[in-house]
Formats: sequence, structure tokens, C-alpha cells
Amino acid sequence: MGMTLAEAIIARHAEREVAPGEFVEVKVDGVLANDITAPLAIQAFRALGAQKVFDPARVYLVPDHFTPNKDVKSAEQCRIMREFSREQGIVHYFEVGRGGIEHVLLPEEGLVLPGELVVGADSHTCTYGALSAFATGLGSTDIGYAMATGRTWLRVPHTIKVIWRGRLRPWVMGKDLILDLIGRIGVSGANWCALEFAGDLLPALPLDDRLAIANMAVEAGASCGLFPADEAVLSYVSGRAVRPFQPAAPSPDAAYHQVLEIDVGGITPLVARPHLPENVVPVAELEKIPIDQVVIGSCTGGRWRDLSVAAQILRGRKVHPEVRCIVIPGSQRLFRRAVEEGLVETFLAAGAVVSPPTCGPCLGGHMGVLAAGERAVSTTNRNFRGRMGHPESEVYLASPAVAAASAVLGRIASPEELRGGR
Amino acid sequence: MIYEGRAWAVGDNIDTDLIIPARFLVTTSPEELGRHCLSGLDPSFAGKVAPGDILVAGRNFGCGSSREHAPLAIKGCGIACVVAESFARIFFRNAINQGLPVVECAKAKRIREGDVIKVDLDSGLIKNLTRGEEYPIAPYPKFIREILSCGGLIPWARGKEA
Repeated sequence: MGMTLAEAIIARHAEREVAPGEFVEVKVDGVLANDITAPLAIQAFRALGAQKVFDPARVYLVPDHFTPNKDVKSAEQCRIMREFSREQGIVHYFEVGRGGIEHVLLPEEGLVLPGELVVGADSHTCTYGALSAFATGLGSTDIGYAMATGRTWLRVPHTIKVIWRGRLRPWVMGKDLILDLIGRIGVSGANWCALEFAGDLLPALPLDDRLAIANMAVEAGASCGLFPADEAVLSYVSGRAVRPFQPAAPSPDAAYHQVLEIDVGGITPLVARPHLPENVVPVAELEKIPIDQVVIGSCTGGRWRDLSVAAQILRGRKVHPEVRCIVIPGSQRLFRRAVEEGLVETFLAAGAVVSPPTCGPCLGGHMGVLAAGERAVSTTNRNFRGRMGHPESEVYLASPAVAAASAVLGRIASPEELRGGR
Repeated sequence: MIYEGRAWAVGDNIDTDLIIPARFLVTTSPEELGRHCLSGLDPSFAGKVAPGDILVAGRNFGCGSSREHAPLAIKGCGIACVVAESFARIFFRNAINQGLPVVECAKAKRIREGDVIKVDLDSGLIKNLTRGEEYPIAPYPKFIREILSCGGLIPWARGKEA
């Protein structure tokens, strides 16, 4: 029997044949944790009686959630992680000012590669599926175990294949594609499953859009959202890869749990209404909904293409007087490029604020927490009740194009509604 | 393994931000996390729970983030066991790893808040003592049972070494 992409990668790391539903032990190529999850993982590591991490070059530690430290307690959490990194000689520890948001950063650094199996104590570890790596989020105890042993256990997921056919309409981005999919299958539509993306759209789908798509696979419950290792992936990783790698591919006779075929030409700019990512509606069908805040950033929507599209819309325009627009480049490298190429100037001139890389507002941490009754449009990945602040606040998830247009118009809007177009 | 206690009922898609809002993720102490358990849904919840109570939920309990602080908060506030129609994958793993029994039961919604229920993992049944009903529960795979019977992943792994 042929294997899906997820099965092929897992089989290689289990060093045997695998079938969906089986429990297997696998070796991992990389292990990730952040300032919220690492302290608990380090506790688990110590409780196991471990002395040394399995490989100091394959444990990635990124302080990004509550950094730059938002208060004394978060500073203490970061200190635990920093001290552990020094003690263990962790090669890829990324200090504030030299790093960024984990899932923006690790691909940039060439630390996650096609065909690899990566686990992270962060649910959005599935982002690396865009690079054709089987990457999945686990809790801290699992990650403590993986840091110590270089191994973990998995239940081999069933695979749902998503075939995207056709061409995207103007202003429709990867974010709209994944919102459309979650709207179709629901927030548990792929629970315990892997998603595998295919179709004639893929060559035209930029890598940053694929990263946004794979990032939100978990919002449908998927353990991973995998793209094939095509030319775009191989060209992205060449020159960045920190080690040799071997891409994997699905077999032509692979067995899929479900196959969805979607004509992307029918998709228009979308939002997910509060308080679940499955509450998806076209922007065009919304009444006029006033907003208080726009966030353009995060591990979903804080990459170069996201910033560029937002800048294209905000250039020469002003953020609506009743809206706060917060732009967060996802990494130090992107921030510098955004300064050098004039994007930061565009954002500042429009009346937006530009924050250093942080997860911050996405999870109601800092840098844009909402008050009771406030409403935000955000390029982030979750709109659960209270996610960005007060339980009575609201988050609408959207692409950077919709977010930027909404910032200008002061209500949820598509870029097509802006005068002068572009 | 048998757990008997009073049920607290919640709905579908109870996410990890409701279970433990991110602003409380600045500690790893189960007691401190437990004081904020489900505070995204009801800030007074933790104060009402008696040790040994059972949380009962609908579909996709624990969806969202990988924060293991979620099962820690549930344990920390005194909940002995969680019954749900289904669980999100990462939460399920985290709960097992922390030795918190999480039980899948298609009839979970038959259980009402305040019902006294008895969850018997060995016989694979939930008895609703208040309503005189019985509901079958999905059996654990052998591997999960092994981890849970050791009390979590760490004692399981330490046992494997020995």
C-alpha cells in the first residue's frame, strides 16, 4: 500500500512501515519550545533525570510570547529558559533583538527542512508543513522527553487531501484559503488527522501564503498541514539549510481518509467571526461592522508578503481616526528589511504603530490587549473568547489585505472597497 | 481506576484560552493555575469545585493551544477526571502525560450539572447515579493505558529505564 506524505515521513523516522491509527516511536530532527512552554518542559526534562539534551544543535529555544518581558513573572520564565540554554550549550537560542516569532524565525534560519520530523511545544509548530516537514505541536512534558531522548511517540494520523484547483481572485491570499477550508470542515474537522495540500493552484501560491495556511491546520484540529517539496520549497530552503535533508513524497496509490476538491476561483476575501475560526463569512456579506483595533503580525500573518500587501494598501492612506493599527514584523530580519525598503515609513506615515517581533497581542499578552466591548480585525490565527484580552472583546480573523483595508475604513472591509483601488 | 464525583457541565469546543487564559501562563504551579481554571468561561468556577469533582464536556474539548497548563489547571483546581464527547489531540496527550484521566463518551451530554457520576475505566462504563443511567466509554489503546496507569509520561519513562 502506498503512503501519504505524512505516512512517508513518519515511516522514515520510525524506521519501519506504518499505517494510520498505529502508535509508533519516532526519532525527531528538531525540538522547539518558547518562553511559555519551555519552563514546564525543562521541569519535565529534570524530572526524567536527564542531564544533557540529545543534541544541543537540534533543540531550538525562542523567547517570543511575552517578550520583550511584559512583567516580572514573564521575565522569570524567560530567565529559566535562558539559563537552561547556557547550561546545555543550546546552539539555537534566540535572544530578544536577534530572533523573532518562532514559526517565522525557524524557517528563515533554515532549521526546519523538507522530509524532517519536528516537534514543538506550541500548537502552531504545524506551520513547517509548508516546508514539507511533518511538524506538530505537543505539550511540555512530551517536549521535555523529546529534548532528553531525541524521540517521541505518535499515533499515525489519517490524511485528508485538499486539492485546490483554479486561480485566486485579486486580494485573495493563503489566509483566505485556510479560513475557507476551516469554514467547510469545522474546528474539529481534521482532529487526529494530517492535511495534505495538492492541486494546480500550488505553483502559483507564494511560500509565505503556504506558511499561513499550514500554520492554521491546527485550527481544524489537524496535527500537520503538509505541502509537497516542490520547486518553491526547495528554492526557499537552498542557501538556508543548516544540514543536508531528503524530501519525501506521497505515493501515487496512497490511501486518503477523505479528499476535498475546491475551486479557488469561487473564494472571495473572508473573515472568521468571533469566537471560533470556523465562523467564516465573505467580507462582502457583512453589514458595516465598526472596529477599534487592527493587528497585522503573528506566526500566521507577520511575514514579508503580509507586510508588503498591508503596506501596498496603507501607502498614501491614513489609519481611520478611531482605529489603532499595530504592525508586528515577525522577525528581526524582517523588521530590518521593512525599515530598509520603506515599509516601516509607510506604516508610520499612515498612523500605525510598529512593534518589535512578539506574539504579544495574539494571545492577549501585551502590545495591544483589548478592553471590554472592543473589536479587532487581526491577521492572527485564533478568535476564541477572550483570546486578545477581555472576555467581552471580539476578534475577527482576516488576511493582511482585509486587515489593512479595515484599518483605513474603520470597519471590516475588503480592499476592493477602497477608493483608488490598487 | 474508578472516579466518583459531582459533575460540572460545559459545552462544545471549550478551548485552552477558556480553560486557562494566556495572561495566567506566567507560572508552572498547578495550585496557582488551578485558581484560574475555566476562568475564561466563569471566573468563579475554581472556587466552586470540590476535590474529586468531574468535568463533563461536549465535542472537541481542549482545542487550541498546546499549553500543558490547561490540564494542570484542571488538576490543580481539584477535578479528578474529564468526560467529553471528544477531545482535541494535543490536550488529550497532555492530560494523559500529566496522569489526568480524560474519557471519551458519546453520551456525555446526557450528564447534567450536579449529577453524581461514577467513571469506571476498568469496566468501560459511566454510571449516572442521579439518573440511574449507564453510558459506555471508548476504551483506551493499550499504550495510553500503560502511561495512565503509571501516573503519566514521566513515571512511565522512568519505569522503562529501570
